Amino acid sequence: MRLIAVLSLTPFVAGLKGGWKSIFSWGEGMSDNVRRLPDRPTSPHLRVWRWHATMLSSILHRASGVSLYAGALILAAWAICLAVGPECYAGYMALLGGPIGKIVLLGLTAAIFYHTANGIRHLVWDAGKAFDPKFSDLTAIVVIAFTVAATAATWIIAGMTGGL
Amino acid sequence: MTSYRTPRSRAAGLGSAKHGVSTWIAERVTSVALVPLALWAVFAALRVAPMGYEGAVAWLYHPLNLTFSLLFAGLSFYHMGMGMAVIIEDYIHRRSTLVTLLLLNAFVWFGFGAATIVALLKVALATSVGVAL
Repeated sequence: MRLIAVLSLTPFVAGLKGGWKSIFSWGEGMSDNVRRLPDRPTSPHLRVWRWHATMLSSILHRASGVSLYAGALILAAWAICLAVGPECYAGYMALLGGPIGKIVLLGLTAAIFYHTANGIRHLVWDAGKAFDPKFSDLTAIVVIAFTVAATAATWIIAGMTGGL
Repeated sequence: MTSYRTPRSRAAGLGSAKHGVSTWIAERVTSVALVPLALWAVFAALRVAPMGYEGAVAWLYHPLNLTFSLLFAGLSFYHMGMGMAVIIEDYIHRRSTLVTLLLLNAFVWFGFGAATIVALLKVALATSVGVAL
């Protein structure tokens, strides 16, 4: 019973640290104490952190992954149309070859290159290597540059081989 | 190593579900396999895009193309299902919404993955269409 009595007094004792006034308002007194906690490293939240290469690469990895989820459904529709027959296939290819289809496929080309290249970065990290911040910034920029170059090359080849 | 577990949490069976390792390994194994398969898929898309219907059917009739297509599709759907589950678990905290979205994700990746593999096999194994080309 004595223990319970001590525990129930704790808020008052804690409240005293927030000044005499806090005794009369529990909530305020408690939140005063919470505010006095030392500053701890914050998680990489969009509004708290400044932009830098590794943050951008992390966001792009998730964004490209979600895009490729949609891309897999586009691939599924392609396979299904191929199985259904020539009319369905021709119609679907015309849709993919149209302006909206081209924009979507351009985005998916960038997404697959980015997610693959950045996935290799993640696999290296999983092996416990290359955690140095400066080096991570460098590889992030390399991956983004590779994505742009590979996407451009793919679409130039597509244009030359009649794929557009 | 010091255990931070309280006796109560041990008794209540709190903590990890004890099967996270297999999921973690599956994510990495599919990642490694998908690196060459994704690059092959871009190459394949470039090849198939100008072919038209009959060309695409003939392309898929080739055993190597069919094998890589099935591997790429199967592993992609499996990998993206695990990835989307992580995203849902990261951002959705309301239990009912969480369970609904995880179920929806499971049905989508497994359902469309199965449909894709059936479609690819149907095209490749329908020899009456493929053989002549």
